Formats: sequence, C-alpha cells, structure tokens
Amino acid sequence: MSASRKWFIRLVRFGMYLATALTALLTLFIVAYVLVKGIPNLSWQFLSTKPSYLSGNIGILPDILNTVYIVIATLVIVIPLGVGAAVYLTEYASNKKLVAVIEYAAEALSGIPSIIYGLVGMLMFAGTFGTSLMAGALTLVIMNLPTILRNTQESLKTVPQSYREGAFGLGAGKWRVVRTVVLPGCVDGVITGCILSVGRILGESAALLFTAGFAHALNGFFEGLGSAGATLTVALYVYAKEQGEFGVAFGIAAILLVLSFCINLSAGAVTNYYQKKNAI
Amino acid sequence: MKTKQNYLETVVHGIFLLLGLVTVACVLLITAYLVISGIPAIREIGIVKFLFGKEWASTAAEPKYGILPFILTSVYGTAGAILLGVPVGFLTAVYLAKMAPKSVKEIVGQAVSMLAGIPSVVYGLVGMMVLVPGIRKLFHIPDGASLLAAIIVLAIMILPSIIKMSVTALEAVPKEYEDASLALGATPEETWFRVSVPAAKSGIAAAVVLGVGRAIGEAMAVMMVAGNAANMPSLFQSVRFLTTAVASEMSYSSGLQRQALFSIALVLFLFIMLINAILNFFLKGERRS
Repeated sequence: MSASRKWFIRLVRFGMYLATALTALLTLFIVAYVLVKGIPNLSWQFLSTKPSYLSGNIGILPDILNTVYIVIATLVIVIPLGVGAAVYLTEYASNKKLVAVIEYAAEALSGIPSIIYGLVGMLMFAGTFGTSLMAGALTLVIMNLPTILRNTQESLKTVPQSYREGAFGLGAGKWRVVRTVVLPGCVDGVITGCILSVGRILGESAALLFTAGFAHALNGFFEGLGSAGATLTVALYVYAKEQGEFGVAFGIAAILLVLSFCINLSAGAVTNYYQKKNAI
Repeated sequence: MKTKQNYLETVVHGIFLLLGLVTVACVLLITAYLVISGIPAIREIGIVKFLFGKEWASTAAEPKYGILPFILTSVYGTAGAILLGVPVGFLTAVYLAKMAPKSVKEIVGQAVSMLAGIPSVVYGLVGMMVLVPGIRKLFHIPDGASLLAAIIVLAIMILPSIIKMSVTALEAVPKEYEDASLALGATPEETWFRVSVPAAKSGIAAAVVLGVGRAIGEAMAVMMVAGNAANMPSLFQSVRFLTTAVASEMSYSSGLQRQALFSIALVLFLFIMLINAILNFFLKGERRS
C-alpha cells in the first residue's frame, strides 16, 4: 500500500475518533455542569412555593404549573388538528397536488424559527386573548402541528391496506372504516408525536416570551390560561438574564435536563414497544 | 337511509378536508401577517436605507434604522457555526454510521439525542457562565460576550441535527456499493469516504442546510451570549443578530421602531424561506437517488 493511502487512512481515522470524542465529551460536560451547579439549589421549598418580593423567597411552583397548563392546552387543541390532517392526507385526499401543497406547508411550518412564531403569535393571539397562557398555547399549536401530523401519517402508513379492504368488503362506509380501523391503528404515532411535542414545548422560550409573558402568579387551570405566566424555560431566561439569579436559573436548568432525558427515554421506549408489537 | 349515509360521509369528508387545510392556512396567515406588518416601516425608511444602512439607533433623538449590521452578523455567525460544526458533525456521523461498535453507537447516539433535547436557554446559560468568562480571560478583552461566543454555542446546537440526518443518509447507501469497493481492494476507510459519502451527498448537504436554518433562526441562546450591541460584526465584539434584534427591543418598542422590528422579522422570514427551498431541493435529490 502506498504511503499516501496509509496517511489518508490514519488521518480520517484520527479525525473520526476526535470528532466523536468531542461530541460525547461536550454533551457530558454540559449535562454534568448543569446538574452539579443546579441540584444543590433544589429543595422542597424551591419547588413548592411562589416567589415573594417581601420575604425575598424564590419558588418556582407557578412556573411548573404554567408549564403543565400550557402543555395540556396545546395538546388538547393540536391533537385533533394534526390527526385530522393526517387522516385526510392518507385516507381521503385524491388530489395529488393538494397533498403536495399540504405537505409542503407542514415542512415550511417546521422550518420557521420560534422567534417568528412568537411575533406572529403576539399579533394574532395576544391581540384577542391578551398576553396569556392561552395565546402562548395557540402559538405552540401552530408550531407543533407538523410534528403531530408527520408522526400520525407515518403510523397510518403502517396500517395494512387489507384491513381497510376487509372492512369495506363487509359493507362499512368510509367514515366507519376510518373510525374503527384506521384511527385505532395510529395510536402509536399520536403518542410519539405527543411526547416529541411535549419536549419541544418544555424547551420553547422565544415563542412564549411575547405571547404568554413572564408573570409568576399562582393560578388554577382556567384562571391560569386567561392570565400571563412564565413557563420554566422563560422563567430561567428571566432569572438568568434580567435578574442575575444564577442559582435559581441552574436549578431550573437541572429540572429541564432531567425532564428532557425522561422524554428521550420514553419516546425511544414507545417506538420500540410498537415496533415489536407490529412485528408480531 | 341511503341518502342519510351519503350525507354523513360528505360532511365527514368535508371536516377532514378542513383539518387538512389548517396547515396551509397557518402558513398563509403567518406570511400575510409578516408582510402586512413588515412593509410599512420599509416604505417609510426606504428599502435601500433599511437594508444597507450601517447604523441602528432606534431610540436616538434622530432615529436611524439600518439593519446591515444584523444581516451581516447573522450571516457571519451562521457561517462560523457551520465552519466549526459541520466537520465535527460529519466525521462523527461517518464514525457512527460505518465504524462504531454497536455499544458505542448506542451510547453516543443517546448523547446526541440528549444534546438535541437541551432547551436553547440552557445552552445560553452554560454559554454565559463558561464561554463568556473563558473568552474574556483567554483573549484579554473587557467583555467576553461576543460573536465568537455565539458562534461556538450555535456550532454545538446544530451538531445533533447534522449528525442525525447524515447518519440516516449514510445508512441508506446500498451495501452493494461498499462491497464492490472493498472487493476492488479499497480499505474500509477509503470505501466510506470515497464511495459511501459521495453516494449520500444529497442527504449530507440537506443536513448542512438544516443546520444553517437552525443557526440563523436561533434567538434565546444567542441573546444570552452575544452581548446585543448593534455593532458591525467583529469576532471579539458584542453583536446583535436578526433574531435578537427583534427579541431585544420588542417589549418596549412603539411606533416606527416597532414597525421596523416587524420588518426585520420579515427579512429573517425571507432568509428562512430561501433556506427551506434549498433544503427541499436537496431532499428531492435524496429521494430520487
């Protein structure tokens, strides 16, 4: 073998090892750094109280609740929209051009940066609902529509054509086939889509800053949807950038990392479970 | 009975059609809102002055609205992130797709998913606490919040999308290609880089374009490490991106200043649409091959 070939092999091998090590170490460093700095700040009081200027207490219970509210509100609205669109695309649509247009629109939506969603959400929703969790949730609905749509569509494609033909053969109408055969078959896609969406909502901040605002009031669900509130990520940003409370920020960051790790694991587990089930 | 059934079917069909069209309506609405709210300020300021003006002083007594610094910062910042991130991401992807033992692939794969799941504000926070002071000490400058810090943060943030998409593209290369190359006497490394990579080139190109889109659209992480002064881009100076220009003044802006922010968003939107079109071009190439 010529010397130049040997050098090429050595060089690319070294490059690959170096790059992979760098990727792995960077991840390890970021995760470890955030956990080490963040976990000492976590306490029951931190998690279960609301911030008060009088006592100087900082608690993140309102932010946790706001995050939960906004996740619920977003999913409740986005699931019917996304699943409906996916059913239309795979079951009903006969016009190829229309399908292409809808799919192109979904792709365009997933490419738009969150700051633009925030701005448009502010114009579209914060005008009518005021700066509130509801306005934030509606903005997130548009953002997560492509995720639910695509995952549902993928799992609808795995429902065997013979099931549909069998149901039609027994005299079922189109809607009955969709309701009894097609929709039950796409549960796995919807669940995966939901998990991914929850992850995205947890991590979202730019789209919420101007739509949901950054108040820390403690509210019930419906009251909360109508009033402004910070989710965990927005609270992190405000504490770190505007107030210089880095301990609090790292505490929230540690919680977010653990949540995002759980979401990754459960998304993987759900995919595996249904793959095995479908294989049988 | 028969007509009642047909009636129901038509209604259901109509409902699903409407649900399908919601996506299209959203895209149209977003475009319409951005164009309608973005045009007035551009008209008032003048398109040349707006796009190529070198000075942004929105709160001055005689306000100036030139966004060339933001455009150039976004372009340089993205280019820098691509320059740093793509080689690392590409080499990691080749290693994971072709060479890594199963256990390593699993672990690094998990790490990459983890990296993808970290919220951008957490990247910003770590950047603020580690990178910014680090750069200040290393280069002896008064403030480490700079274009360089933003480039490094962006480079790390685009890694997962580049790695994941390239791995998928590399794994889709037919095994016959590689077998043929190996049978002709090429070593595995030569096969991966001279046969598999060229065969997966549209997928890898799409991964890079996706990274460009991510980098140019990122707001919060950049806002926390770039300093946000409206300077012309320079590696060690505080800079403002298109995204952060919108985010940093939105909360207290009014009148023409507010309208100008919408115009900046419109410019950013046009950039993103251009990138989407390029991405689609590469993805189509991938599907055809």
